[in-house]
Amino acid sequence: MNSYIKYLLKRVFYMLITLWLIATITFFLMQFLPGTPYSNAEKLSPEQIALLNKQLGLDQPVIVQYGQYLLNLLKGDFGISFQFKNQAVSNLLGGRIGPSMQLGIQAIIFGTFFGTILGMISAMKQNTWVDTTATLIAILGRSIPNFVFAVLLQYIFAIKLQILPIAKWDSFIYTILPTIALAMSPLADSARFIRTEMVEVLHSDYVELARAKGLSRWEIAFRHGLRNSLIPLLTLLGPLAVGLMTGSLVVENIFAIPGIGEQFVKSIMTNDYPTIMAVTILYSAMLIFVIFIVDILYGIVDPRIRVSEGSRG
Amino acid sequence: MMKKILEVKDLKISFETYAGKVQAIRNVDFDLHQGETLAIVGESGSGKSVTTRSIMGLLANNAIVESGEILFNGSDILKKSEKEMQKIRGKEIAMIFQDPMTSLDPTMTIGKQVAESLIKHNKISKKEGLAQALELLKLVGIPNAEKRLNNYPHQFSGGQRQRIVIAIALICYPHILIADEPTTALDVTIQAQILELLKEIQEKMNSSIIFITHDLGVVANVADRVAVMYAGKIVEIGTAEEIFYNPQHPYTWGLLGSMPTLEGTSDRLYAIPGTPPDLLEPPLGDAFYARNEFALKIDAEEQPPFFEVSSTHKAATWLLAPQAPKVTPPEEIQIRWAKFKEKQQSRA
Amino acid sequence: MENVKKTQAEINQIPASQFEPLEKNTAIEREVISAPSLSFLQDSWRRLKKNKAAVFSSSLLLIVIIISIVTIFFSPHDPTAQNVNYINLPPKIPGIDINGFNGTAMVGGQLVDKYAAANVPDDVYFFLGTDGLGRDLLSRLFMGTRISLLIAFIAAMLDIVFGVTYGLVSGLLGGRVDNVMQRILEVLSGIPNLVVMILMLVVFKPGIFSIVAAMAITNWIPMARIVRAQTMKLKDQEFVLAATTLGEKRSKIAFKHILPNISSVIIVQMMFSIPSAIFFEAFLSFIGLGLKPPTASLGMLLSDGYKTFRFLPYQMWIPAVVLSVIMIGFNLLADGLRDAFDPKMKE
Repeated sequence: MNSYIKYLLKRVFYMLITLWLIATITFFLMQFLPGTPYSNAEKLSPEQIALLNKQLGLDQPVIVQYGQYLLNLLKGDFGISFQFKNQAVSNLLGGRIGPSMQLGIQAIIFGTFFGTILGMISAMKQNTWVDTTATLIAILGRSIPNFVFAVLLQYIFAIKLQILPIAKWDSFIYTILPTIALAMSPLADSARFIRTEMVEVLHSDYVELARAKGLSRWEIAFRHGLRNSLIPLLTLLGPLAVGLMTGSLVVENIFAIPGIGEQFVKSIMTNDYPTIMAVTILYSAMLIFVIFIVDILYGIVDPRIRVSEGSRG
Repeated sequence: MMKKILEVKDLKISFETYAGKVQAIRNVDFDLHQGETLAIVGESGSGKSVTTRSIMGLLANNAIVESGEILFNGSDILKKSEKEMQKIRGKEIAMIFQDPMTSLDPTMTIGKQVAESLIKHNKISKKEGLAQALELLKLVGIPNAEKRLNNYPHQFSGGQRQRIVIAIALICYPHILIADEPTTALDVTIQAQILELLKEIQEKMNSSIIFITHDLGVVANVADRVAVMYAGKIVEIGTAEEIFYNPQHPYTWGLLGSMPTLEGTSDRLYAIPGTPPDLLEPPLGDAFYARNEFALKIDAEEQPPFFEVSSTHKAATWLLAPQAPKVTPPEEIQIRWAKFKEKQQSRA
Repeated sequence: MENVKKTQAEINQIPASQFEPLEKNTAIEREVISAPSLSFLQDSWRRLKKNKAAVFSSSLLLIVIIISIVTIFFSPHDPTAQNVNYINLPPKIPGIDINGFNGTAMVGGQLVDKYAAANVPDDVYFFLGTDGLGRDLLSRLFMGTRISLLIAFIAAMLDIVFGVTYGLVSGLLGGRVDNVMQRILEVLSGIPNLVVMILMLVVFKPGIFSIVAAMAITNWIPMARIVRAQTMKLKDQEFVLAATTLGEKRSKIAFKHILPNISSVIIVQMMFSIPSAIFFEAFLSFIGLGLKPPTASLGMLLSDGYKTFRFLPYQMWIPAVVLSVIMIGFNLLADGLRDAFDPKMKE
């Protein structure tokens, strides 16, 4: 069997273990939580509480509850929200996945695209004022927290200049400010990374050979430099995804976007544990998935991995 | 004498570093004739690579051309703009690099890499370019070339990759081919194949080759003329026969003496002791004097000029001055001198 | 140096004595290495000094740290003292009479002296104004910076301890232990550190201790990876082999030989962890998982400021600027250090 396929299967195995681990940790951590699922517990008599407990299966030994929990997870059942008493968590979150995904994907495309351009220019004009400016932008992007950016953008474009909507998610134009706010971090990271990679590539032997062929600097940068720098960029995608998840919590809040992040923050405020658990697992699953996709992409994009070593001449 | 295709005159190049100015090339002067192979031999740090980079216009950013001219086709390469140089590189003057494992872009098919310069210089289509590339790959001896046009560098062995690098250099049929230690990174058997290939190509295309190496043994097979470089200067230059059999500079003696041959009678290899001098503060006199067991007092004070040994052979050593004492070179060299005399007499 | 072309006549003029064999101390002359060699630290320090941004930001950070410590003892006002009468006063700086900094603010289109309106005594100044509970913003800023820095440093230290230990052990022991440890890391890295932090804080309630613990538990993985990689590189080098054959205990090898050589990498990584920790603390505070008032951290100040943002934006801008400046400073310093330590730096 192709060693690469074997590698991928191994990765899937680890992914599943991670998922199981996070589900377990979440479950047992929640056992430590004080309080009950019932907000009006004081009004209930002990018998009523015992009855409700039985209904929810809370009177069973922990191990059994755990088993049930895992089974439910596999079915996609995350329980009932504490905040919204008659809503299943999966319903609550289901509709919110769309906006969050859209925001995330827009942000990552915007961020990596402009970041790459910035990084490339920086590398080509190394140590000139262009490089310094671009690096400065990258540092600002990395240092100023994204919620500060979000508020800043809101302030300038929505409040002062009034050319973009201040919040909500009604049409494409509403997505512009939050996308930019969320994209600043990926932009800064990509720019820095591409610059470093490009500089190294530009000093490599094959670039020197390309120059000896009479190619211009820009031709070399685009045809040889870019592909060789973009491939390692894939390794950034995992951490970038984490950054997006983090960022989405505040950005969605500030811009009142009906996504998972916004709900998550609300759930934290209201101690809605089932939802918190669900989002935790969901985020983990997404991250693992992204890492997996990166591995596959690597195999497709890098010829050294894609084309197996079998065809030596 | 054949037509001169390249003239390097009085070249002086330094590099600005944090430690100071390094005088990499202190004075280099040579010509290249149509159809000949000129070998430039020297240790690392002697300035041979800098010389070739200056011909290609590929010097590093901190290089300063202090003086000199490189005349090609009637104009001075050192005075050309980057854009003008881009028209020359790959098309009129091409270069073969040392390490085939790192000289090729790992993410591009070799067909495209070979065709790249042709497509740019001659403004032809991609299809035509690839067709030409195919021809070149066959020329350099890549088996199954049609199928392998779409392969990537990592799918080839070291020797094959070097052939591909040669194909890249040749595709525009350049007038001058610079081979910068093309066989140093290869196994000995492959070395021989590559050298054979270069000879064939030269015959077919009548191109002129500058062959850089630190290994005199390699040179014996391919060169018409040889220039020996030390510490940024050419110390001896002549035809291959003259250099091998009538060497006059002690450094050349050292190089030849440290070459294992089957003919010598001594049992020990002669190694030149010490290391090359620091080019931040080059010595006043002959740069080789510290390691030269035949050094004269004047070597420490003044640099020797070139003394002519024949119309094609000159060496920069005070030993050739009329006032200089007659020295006895190492045994190895005496044997060679004897052979030289024989050859001369048999010709007379 | 000019090209040496001498005429035959000039050559003939050179006295014969010059052509006698040269006596020299050949051995010594040959082996002299002429370029001055700097030790690794000296070399890195030289490079760092050349980096203006790094020098500037480290001086800046030093000032910030000193101020934070000094203001434990000398603060303009008590940062936790509330005064309902002095709510939301604008900045007033003695000696400056520009609107916005002299105690006046626009209320409904008119310039009003809010200090007079609140009956504030003449000698009482709030340099940056007061917040919604009448607390002096400047003092709270000092306190906030102090606490944010404290949390960040402790968290970074813990990260280092965990990460370095894990990496060293994994790298040095190698073999099956290393394999297992790496598998564990692989599994753990699929968990976004944010969710673990949030989970922990939801369960264990936010407080300085829990926040620090949450950050320490999640941020050590990159350090562990880097330390392990470097350890494995060094392990194969001869000086380690030499030490082992001399019978040195592994722990001694780790501390005496390996640690000093990877210290540059550790320092750089630590310099990157600190702004990361500051960011996370600010972030957690912003979403409501921060410290309990009246303690202030920069994140809390941002959070409070956000609530009144539409009307009193400066209450958010000021801590935002301070936070950003500190983050920029650390990032610049960390970049500078990394470039200074990297021997492959091409200029």
